[in-house]
Amino acid sequence: MATGELSIYNLVKFQAIPPDWPGGFWWHWLFFTVVVIGFVLTMVMGVIYIERRGMGRMQSRLGPNRTGPFGLLQPVADAIKVLLKENIVPVAADKIVHWLAPVIAFAPALMIFAVIPFENGALLADLNIGILYVVAISSVSTVGIFMAGWGSSNKYSLLGAMRNVAAVVSYEIPLVLAIVGVVLIAGSLSLNQMVVAQDIPFILLQPLGFLLFFTAGCAEINRSPFDLMEADSEIVAGFHTEYSGMKFAMFYLVEYAEAVAISAIITTLFLGGWRGPLLPPWLWFIVKVMLVFFAMVWTRTTLPRIRIDQLMAFAWKFLLPMSLLNLFITALQVLADWPTQLIWAMIIVNFAVMAIIILIWSRFFFRLGWGRIEV
Amino acid sequence: MKFERYGIGIAKGLTVTIRHLLRHPTVNQYPEQRLNISRRFRGNELVWNREKCTGCGTCAKTCPQGAIEIVTSTDMTENKYVVDKYQVDTGYCIQCGLCVEACPYEALYFSHAYECAKYRRGELVQGKEDMLDRPERKVSGYFYPDKAKELPEQTMLVEKVTEKR
Amino acid sequence: MAVRTEPFVLNMGPVHPSTHGVFRMRATLDGEVVIDIEPVFGYLHRGIEKLAEQRTYTGITPLTDRLDYISSMSNNLAYCLAVEKLAGIKVPERAEYIRVIMAELQRIAALLIAVGAFLNDCGAYFTPFLYMFRERERIVDLFEMVSGQRLTYNYMRAGGVSQDLPEEFMPALRKFMDMMPRFMDEYDRLLMQNEILIARAKGVGILTGEQAINCSVSGPVLRASGVNWDIRKADPYSIYDRFDFDIPTQATGDCYDRYRQRVEEMRQSLRIIRQAMEQLPSGPVRAELPQLIRPPTGEAYARIEAPKGELGFYLVSDNSIAPYRCHIRPPSLINLTALRDMVRGWKVADLIIIFGSIDITVGEIDR
Repeated sequence: MATGELSIYNLVKFQAIPPDWPGGFWWHWLFFTVVVIGFVLTMVMGVIYIERRGMGRMQSRLGPNRTGPFGLLQPVADAIKVLLKENIVPVAADKIVHWLAPVIAFAPALMIFAVIPFENGALLADLNIGILYVVAISSVSTVGIFMAGWGSSNKYSLLGAMRNVAAVVSYEIPLVLAIVGVVLIAGSLSLNQMVVAQDIPFILLQPLGFLLFFTAGCAEINRSPFDLMEADSEIVAGFHTEYSGMKFAMFYLVEYAEAVAISAIITTLFLGGWRGPLLPPWLWFIVKVMLVFFAMVWTRTTLPRIRIDQLMAFAWKFLLPMSLLNLFITALQVLADWPTQLIWAMIIVNFAVMAIIILIWSRFFFRLGWGRIEV
Repeated sequence: MKFERYGIGIAKGLTVTIRHLLRHPTVNQYPEQRLNISRRFRGNELVWNREKCTGCGTCAKTCPQGAIEIVTSTDMTENKYVVDKYQVDTGYCIQCGLCVEACPYEALYFSHAYECAKYRRGELVQGKEDMLDRPERKVSGYFYPDKAKELPEQTMLVEKVTEKR
Repeated sequence: MAVRTEPFVLNMGPVHPSTHGVFRMRATLDGEVVIDIEPVFGYLHRGIEKLAEQRTYTGITPLTDRLDYISSMSNNLAYCLAVEKLAGIKVPERAEYIRVIMAELQRIAALLIAVGAFLNDCGAYFTPFLYMFRERERIVDLFEMVSGQRLTYNYMRAGGVSQDLPEEFMPALRKFMDMMPRFMDEYDRLLMQNEILIARAKGVGILTGEQAINCSVSGPVLRASGVNWDIRKADPYSIYDRFDFDIPTQATGDCYDRYRQRVEEMRQSLRIIRQAMEQLPSGPVRAELPQLIRPPTGEAYARIEAPKGELGFYLVSDNSIAPYRCHIRPPSLINLTALRDMVRGWKVADLIIIFGSIDITVGEIDR
């Protein structure tokens, strides 16, 4: 279905800034590369601050408040501390793999931001297959993480890396299927076009899709309750047990850069991206990203971690059928050409459908496996 | 096993944590904010009253760690013991308070000072002069209820309201 | 084609975030599945039993603080009961009540840590742990007020307690008793019905009542398996026969039941403290005793229901100022013997929470 037929969803036509703004191709490239790197680094600092302070307050303590006003410089202090630390490589480690792993893990986390619009048309590359690119790139980090786990020659690292690969492979499917629902409504794969199409944030039209994407996204980047790969109470620090100094800093950066990336994608896909009243668009974007990230911090503070077999069961027995049903229902609605005047009815219907499907499925079909194996 | 309550339990837990976000934190900022320690504080340092001490050595006998060393000589003219050496190795001290309890002449107290960290091991050994009962040394009320009354009241977390903003 | 796999040995500890101290488990794993486990301990051995043979009866009390260092009051109580049994000392009435109040407060404090650490092992990132530490802090404040220290209280003596309660103690305790039930309800709201916790802990690490009895397990772990055995009721010591309280038990004996059991026991402890506060008489708190106790030749075994289970002290006297032999029956060590039966066949993650649900203190295991 072409974009034009779905004009009901973009009543206001935005005048897109030409993709080659502000001049030739190379100027555009240089400018946005700098912006993206700067954005990622500052956002990572911001979210680390939010996580530590927010989590501290939720746990009835203060969080870091010594360095700078309100502890704002704490991420900087952390970074300096960790960079000055000794770089320890285990004797039995596979040196090249051990060295290469953080780089391979870091690059994709940065590359995701190439297609995320900060403002209308303000993005590094307005690919017409933007979301496909995101899905493809984001899983490359796993290779780096598995290399780290393997190269460290540590059993904890290997267990963590194995868990991560298993989780990412399983959760990629519901993640993509949840995205497809949005793509059907928006009628485009370009992230900028999707934002333009969101006169009503898609979280209202796709509540189930949002839940699925949020859950699968959390699992994909190993945020709690799916933080099995670095479960500190079980396998010490998971894949980065044997990393220190600069390399550890890279992994730390990757962890939060991916969290920012998933928050940014959720913002773009479901929360209307940079669109919002009064405030300038880029500020709206940042505020929304922070809010999504805060939700992740909130769940991390509250929830226990689930077990590896339950993680897999949850992906294959719950999220996958849910996302297929969601896709089916969305496709029906789009095919039936839901009238523009009744868009509010669609919201109600979708919320009702979400509640009913989740209730029925968890009541009658979903069972977590029995975890014990006779030995 | 299934998700029997469909996320109700998770939602309840989330409300508890978000409510804590809006509450007062429980912690104190140590070097700036200091709490009053217990009136019966059992600390690292001992305070010794030279006048009351008769050199009986009960404290040294009671000490489970053997950290108290006392050497006395007899003063035949006044018919009493003279304490020549009185030394406590606070590095061995486990702060059990048995010496203070045992002293029959009320000559030994705990000091009310904390933050007694030292840079060298040797500084932990308290000699006779370090332990003297001087007016500027606050004395803990451990085993001496009359001394406890003069000390500031202990700060209790029970008194601090943390549930409401 | 079948993939050829082989089991590998994972050394968990002695330095590991969730081994509760310096405990080591040599786990044989097949992938994530635990095939076998061999506990290794002795990293915190200080020879307390041997040291006790060279110390006076009074001087051993501070040593008992260092056994199970998160429930020092209970250790003091068990030791003092043993000495009193050995020497035939009569304890004043007020001292008995103070001891009960302290022991039950200590039970709440220790169970709070046990529950908090268990939930932390489940992966709830420090939140329940810190909440419960906050409440433990209130109890520790009370202990600091009466004894002057926050961890090694050394408060009880053979023949009573070392000093009377300060006058500001009862108002503070009353305030604590008023706020505690509210906090307990809050903890229940936080995680008791959490679907993830139920999925993680229900049915995991089942210890049947029969197994528990065979392993001579005691305390909340035993009662969670459905065996109604609490020394406070079964063999009342001190003045526990004067109070009205229930012994909660659970049905299946899985990790979730052990968690629930501990929460229920805290509520019962609050009941006991409330009754003891009402009945608290005035009078002396310490029997008149000589400086150095010389019990007659003989032996005595006194046991109490410590927060972790049956804590027993066996003392042999040869009519000198120090015991001839002192043996301690630590609940943690005995409860740990059931670990292997519980964890075999479960995943690594389950190993951690089953281990956490037994609730051990390494200071007590190694002694």
